[in-house]
Amino acid sequence: MPRYFTDEHEWIDVDGVTATVGITDYAQGQLGDIVFVELPAIGTNLDKGGDAAVVESVKAASDVYAPISGKVTEANEDLEEDPALVNTDPEGDGWFFKMTVGDASELEGLMDEAGYKAFVDGL
Amino acid sequence: MSDEETIEELPLELLPLDAWHRARGARMVPFAGYEMPIQYEGIVAELEWTRNSAGLFDVTHMGQLLLSGPDLDAAVEAVLPIDLSTLKTGMQRYSLLLDENGGVLDDLMVSRWPDQLYLVVNGATKWDDIGHLREYLPDDITLNHLDEQALLALQGPKAVDALARHAKGEHPLAALTFMKFGRFAIAGHDVTIARAGYTGEDGFEISLPAKAAVEIADLLCGEPEVKPIGLGARDSLRLEAGLPLYGHDLSPDTSPIEAGLLFGINKRRRQEGGFPGAERIIREIAEGTARRSVGLALDGRLPAREGAEVFAGNDKVGTVSSGGFSPSLGRPIAMAYVDSAHATDGAALEIEVRGKRLAATVTPMPFVPHRYYRRS
Repeated sequence: MPRYFTDEHEWIDVDGVTATVGITDYAQGQLGDIVFVELPAIGTNLDKGGDAAVVESVKAASDVYAPISGKVTEANEDLEEDPALVNTDPEGDGWFFKMTVGDASELEGLMDEAGYKAFVDGL
Repeated sequence: MSDEETIEELPLELLPLDAWHRARGARMVPFAGYEMPIQYEGIVAELEWTRNSAGLFDVTHMGQLLLSGPDLDAAVEAVLPIDLSTLKTGMQRYSLLLDENGGVLDDLMVSRWPDQLYLVVNGATKWDDIGHLREYLPDDITLNHLDEQALLALQGPKAVDALARHAKGEHPLAALTFMKFGRFAIAGHDVTIARAGYTGEDGFEISLPAKAAVEIADLLCGEPEVKPIGLGARDSLRLEAGLPLYGHDLSPDTSPIEAGLLFGINKRRRQEGGFPGAERIIREIAEGTARRSVGLALDGRLPAREGAEVFAGNDKVGTVSSGGFSPSLGRPIAMAYVDSAHATDGAALEIEVRGKRLAATVTPMPFVPHRYYRRS
C-alpha cells in the first residue's frame, strides 16, 4: 500500500479507491501536546489543498489540508477520547480520517517516503 | 497542516543564553525582537515540572530600567498611579503605565533601591516605554536602561531550595517574602533577587550581569530540582494563574478597572488623582465599567483562542482575550472581556469556535490557586 506525503506534513495511504489520512511525526513534534482534533463529518466533500481538519495543541490551532480530493468515509473516533494518540502514534493509530480517491492523478504531485524525508531534512 | 503563528520580519537580537538554550534542545522563535526559547521537551511536561519542582525561565527580553534624580518619587507618581510613600527599600510593587485616557500602555514592576527605583517592563513594549518615560519625566531624572543585565526567573515550590544553595547575602534567601527583593551574590557575581514571578508559584526573579548568565544558568540547572522551561509553558502557567498578558489582555483600549487591576491603582492615588487617565479611572471606580475581564471555564476539550466571541443566547456579550488548554485542570480555560451584566461568577455563557457554540461558565480567577510565600 503506497504512502504519499504533502509539503504541509500530511500523509496519505492509498488502498485502491480509498485512502487514510493523518499528519506526520515531524508535524506532531512541531505542534507539541495535542489536546483536541476536529475531524470532518462523514460525507464531507474535500478539495485537494482545502481545509479538512483542525489540530489544537496547548498553544495554537493548526489546519490540516486534504492531500487529494474525495469524500470522507470514516473519522477516527479514538481521537475524541485520546487526542494524544496523534503525538504517540501519528503515522499509525493516530490517523485522522478515511476518504475516497476522487482523482488518482492528484497523487502524482505528492512525495514518497524518501522524498518527504529529504524535504524535512532541508527545513 | 500550517501553523497560524506569524513570524516577525525584524532583525532579531540573540539572548546571552542563546547557545545555551539551543544546546539544551530549545526550539527558538521570534518574540519581542529576540529569538526566544518557546519549548524544550514540551509545554505540558514543562508546566507540570514547574508546578511540582522548579523551572528556570530566561526573561532577558524584558526591560530593566533604573531611575534616579531629584524629587524622584514625585516625578514618578506623576507618571504612574503608584503610592511611593508606602514603598520602602526592598519592596516591589505592581504598577501600570497609562495614557491620558487611562488606557494601558504597559504593566510593570517597581522596586525601591536606595535612592533609585528599579522597573521591569514588558519586552515587546520596552522601547515605547523608555520613550514615554523620557518624554514625561523631568530632564533631571536619569533613566538608565540596564541592557547588560540578564533576567532569569526560577519558579516553583522547590525554587527556594535550589536557589538558597547558591545565593549568598547579608540575610538568608528565606528572609525574602513575596514581593520583596535583596542584593545577593551567586558564584561571586552581584545579583538582585526578587521573590516574585509570573506563574502563580513561589519563586524568584534574578537580575544578573549578562556575562555571568551561562555560569549562573548552569549552576541552577545543575540542581536536581531545576530544568529550563520555555515561553510556551510560561504563557500557560500565567493563564492558569489568572495573570494578564500585555498585548492580549491589556492594551491602550482597556482600562485597568475593566481589567480587574484596581490594586494597581494605589489607594491614596485613587483619592488624590494626579496621574495619567485619573479622571476616567476615578469615575470608573465609582460608577463601574460597561465590560469586565472574567475567567471562563469551558466544557469539553476544544480550546477557545484569543478573538473568539462570547455569547449569552443570541447576544454577543464579549470577546476572549487569552485562551488555551489548561494542563493542570485538563480542560480549556480563557480570559474574556464581557458585558458587566454577565460578568458574575457562575454565569452560563457560550463561546463560538469555528461555528460551534462551546458552553463556558464565568469562574473566579486564579484558575489554579496561587502559592506565593507570604509570611504574617
